[in-house]
Amino acid sequence: MQRQVALIKQSLFDQGYLDEQFMELEELQDDVNPNFVEEVATLYFKDSARLINSIDQALERGSFDFNRLDNYMHQFKGSSTSIGASKVKTECTMFREYCRMGNAEGCLRTFQQVKKEHATLRKKLEHYFQLARQAGPKETARRSK
Amino acid sequence: MLNPGQGRGPDSGVAGGSSNSDPFPAGLRVLVVDDDPTCLMILERMLRTCLYRVTKCNRAEIALSLLRKNKNGFDIVISDVHMPDMDGFKLLEHVGLEMDLPVIMMSADDSKSVVLKGVTHGAVDYLIKPVRIEALKNIWQHVVRKKRNEWNVSEHSGSVEETGQREDGDNNSSSANNEGSWRSSRKRKEEEVDEQGGDDKEDTSSLKKPRVVWSVELHQQFVAAVNQLGVDKAVPKKILEMMNVPGLTRENVASHLQKYRIYLRRLGGVSQHQGNMNHSFMTGQDPSFGPLSTLNGFDLQALAAAGQLPAQSLAQLQAAGLARPPSLSKPGMSVDQRSIFSFENPKIRHGQMMNSGGGGNKQMNLLHGVPMGMEPRQFAGGGQMRVQQQQQQLSGGRAVGQNVQSSGMMMPVGGGPSMLQQQQVMLSSSVPRRSETSSGSRVLPAAATTQSVVFNNFSSELPRNSFPLANAPGISVSYQEEVNSSDAKGGAGFGNPSYDIFNDYPQQYNNNNDWDLQNIGMVFNSHQDTTASAAFSSSSSTQRTRAEHVQNHHQQQQFPSQSLNHMNGGGSVRVKSERVAETVTCPPATTLFQEQYNQEDLMSALLKQEGLPLVDNEFDFDGYSLDNIPV
Repeated sequence: MQRQVALIKQSLFDQGYLDEQFMELEELQDDVNPNFVEEVATLYFKDSARLINSIDQALERGSFDFNRLDNYMHQFKGSSTSIGASKVKTECTMFREYCRMGNAEGCLRTFQQVKKEHATLRKKLEHYFQLARQAGPKETARRSK
Repeated sequence: MLNPGQGRGPDSGVAGGSSNSDPFPAGLRVLVVDDDPTCLMILERMLRTCLYRVTKCNRAEIALSLLRKNKNGFDIVISDVHMPDMDGFKLLEHVGLEMDLPVIMMSADDSKSVVLKGVTHGAVDYLIKPVRIEALKNIWQHVVRKKRNEWNVSEHSGSVEETGQREDGDNNSSSANNEGSWRSSRKRKEEEVDEQGGDDKEDTSSLKKPRVVWSVELHQQFVAAVNQLGVDKAVPKKILEMMNVPGLTRENVASHLQKYRIYLRRLGGVSQHQGNMNHSFMTGQDPSFGPLSTLNGFDLQALAAAGQLPAQSLAQLQAAGLARPPSLSKPGMSVDQRSIFSFENPKIRHGQMMNSGGGGNKQMNLLHGVPMGMEPRQFAGGGQMRVQQQQQQLSGGRAVGQNVQSSGMMMPVGGGPSMLQQQQVMLSSSVPRRSETSSGSRVLPAAATTQSVVFNNFSSELPRNSFPLANAPGISVSYQEEVNSSDAKGGAGFGNPSYDIFNDYPQQYNNNNDWDLQNIGMVFNSHQDTTASAAFSSSSSTQRTRAEHVQNHHQQQQFPSQSLNHMNGGGSVRVKSERVAETVTCPPATTLFQEQYNQEDLMSALLKQEGLPLVDNEFDFDGYSLDNIPV
């Protein structure tokens, strides 16, 4: 079971969903805060959902306020990097590139990618946390390597 | 060399401010500002892992109000750059102006321009998200660095925390001591508000006087006024007029202006400073650097008298000195001592540097000493306006002072003995004043901390004051010049009759010398900690750089002055040492002057305590070492 958890996590790294920042977070997990990573992830997904919503609305409005979009995405990117959501971060960066270029098409397209990566990560992490909980707190805190 | 002091100063400072006894840096009070809850949560966790005490905040406005409500409640601020309610840079600016806390910026944006913006706005560090705990483990260094700088800068600028403490001590001393000096101190205040100067407050009113909250609007008004006037030319009075805000006093503006200039300086870095310096010099009239040389001489004297003492008995002093100003115990002393203290650090450095023997070091030290000199003079100035002005000229308005000094320098050389004699006469007649000035100048060096600020502030104003002074027959002006020149000659070993005169000088001045010595000794004992710890702040370095710049400038422009300066430096030292010896021997003289010079008296009293025992061996020793160095 614990082995399985470790494998899943490893695959998340291998597939580029997560980066070393995620391990940083796990390092912060201790007896006092045994579920720190999961709590942070939960907060992240809650907050990023809000941001996605805001961006969605901004895009639907049709008029592209790139400045505003960029601001949203900046924050999105900031929190994504903070939990080590590597793929989401990459898409966020792309999105901001398009914002700078004033490329509405690119923004729309990338945003779909952002949402997709975001959703994928969410699913994978939820699965992972679930397994980790079952496997026991200690395993969660162990580094994969 | 300074390690013990350095290490100790900051720590004690932090501990004092925070009133916690935790082992540093555990317990460091950190305010984290980030609108991103995820980041905030992670940062909080990381900071707690570092054993810091964390306050988190998701809005810049709230952070600012938190900081304002509890100015001493935090040691460092970490702020995100992009925030909806207030730009991180704005927050940075306000914190820099109002609390003078170290601020670390962070952002996922790693573009060079943004990082640069953070740096130019005064951020002590810029962290790129994701922030790693390794980076946070080290942030305490910024607190220490800041504290150290504050010791130098804040002495005048008065960081909030320190101001309070000082004022306690100051009130007693100032009120008790310098009745005569009030006028001068006030004057000075108008131009620059020294917290030290708490003296001008005389009474406890300084503590109770309502503190102006520099709101964003008010600050913008202020900045607009300053910009309109020009940073170099903006003086509190004019700014106040332009702002036209009821209830706002000139002191408020002056204080804010000072902080603002510190802030600008921090932003601008050395280059800007240099620019300012040059500017001031230019306005100052002559390119001659005479003032520097004289200043150096003063510093050297001080060093000779006091500076080296510390080196010898540093350990003792530090042990005893930890208490800071409060430990001074003697009410009257506190004001002077403070100023002295601040300067002393440089002195100490000098002494140490000197010992190390680096040629380059000398100049550096001298330079340090120079700025310092400004303030002390002011302090010493006490009742005499002239003195202050002179001080300003010399210290702040180096450029301005140049005229005077340079003239003084030239005079002796060209005039030869006759000139000197005249000068002597002048001096002798005005002995009391001299003593003040001389003591002031010497003492002043200690005050240097704020100097840089002061300088900036004064640079614009100085020219005016200084001109009249230079022209004016005022004894005080001629005084310093004379003294300096004489010193220079003597020190330089021109071999002219002036030398003899010089010797005479010391005798006449014995009283003064004694005073100085005494003062120095006192200061060191009580304040050693401060000085040692403070000595090294970066701010001082900037000042130094300036000074260096100036010197270089002078050297390039004026060849003759150059040699003179160098010579002076060496000579002055010697002379001073001599004086010291004499002084020691002639304690009675002090009594004559006591009435007139309250500050000095205090100083003398102090000196007696330490100075007498130390006198022969240490002083001589110091003087010698100094001589060697310059040569």
